[in-house]
Amino acid sequence: MTRRARLWLFAPAVAGFGALLVWAVAGLPDFGSTEHRYGYLINHVALPERHMTNAVTALVFDYRGFDTLGEEFILFAAVTGIVLLLRQHERERGRGQSDSTHSDVIRVLGILAVGVGVLIGLWLVAFGFVTPGGGFQGGVAVASGVVLVYLAADYRAWSRVGRLGVLEPLEGIGAGGYVVLGLAALVSGAAFLTNMLGPGVAGTVWSGGSAALVNWFAALEVAAANLLLFREFLEEYIVPLHGRGS
Amino acid sequence: MIVATLVPLQLTALVLVALGAPAIAFTRDPLRQIVVAGLYSWALAILFVVFAAPDVALSMIVVGAVGYPLVVLVAVARTRKGRDE
Repeated sequence: MTRRARLWLFAPAVAGFGALLVWAVAGLPDFGSTEHRYGYLINHVALPERHMTNAVTALVFDYRGFDTLGEEFILFAAVTGIVLLLRQHERERGRGQSDSTHSDVIRVLGILAVGVGVLIGLWLVAFGFVTPGGGFQGGVAVASGVVLVYLAADYRAWSRVGRLGVLEPLEGIGAGGYVVLGLAALVSGAAFLTNMLGPGVAGTVWSGGSAALVNWFAALEVAAANLLLFREFLEEYIVPLHGRGS
Repeated sequence: MIVATLVPLQLTALVLVALGAPAIAFTRDPLRQIVVAGLYSWALAILFVVFAAPDVALSMIVVGAVGYPLVVLVAVARTRKGRDE
């Protein structure tokens, strides 16, 4: 396509998009407006009903837990798709490469960062119903903590941690556990994913009832999915790099 | 009042985000683009914090400053190597 033709295509598109954007922004509530009915409702029921002090996680894993189930399976399907695509051709598995870092500082700080990262992640998950956080953010944080093993040490150390035999079942348990908790509520005669086990003590790890378990299963799924993703990318890009020639 | 101190912070965050987005688009080198995009995610995270959405800020940090650069970095490492050969 010539530059001129592209410009002709671009100009009406950007004009139309700009017009829609201006129209949408003009219709927004005023800056600082307090007119948010659903938010107002959740803010007033989350604590008395569920003993959850973080209304956002209450919404995500309890009141709209069914939506989050769909969200979780989007991630599950995306990672499954990537794994299927990248594993199509037989690859030479990396043996005997030395891509370890030569800097002691990076090694020491990196290994320390692994612990800190994983701990922060677990903390984000555990206190998801108390302070900002929850299974999704915490899960990614745990995964990135574990990934630091590769950056701080080498491929061999990482491949011992990020084993398929561990990651794949963990991802399945995370995704499946969420559904099982939903079905358990159905079996007991309530609606799918109804919060059971009592609301617990507000402001502690023991708040949230069965939604806390939903939160942990989501965290497991997200952490394992991210590690699988990283593993597949690494196998695809780094291993052939080192396995060849040198 | 806490609101009065927040408004300048909110304005600063908005300006940072407004400058950061085109900065990514105008960075042509993929490796530098990752760094700029990482910084931009931090600007967005700050924006979410000062607009009272810490949960969204956390998501932004883990996805934008950790997850995304990591995957792109690995991809760039591989394609660079392929080009050199």
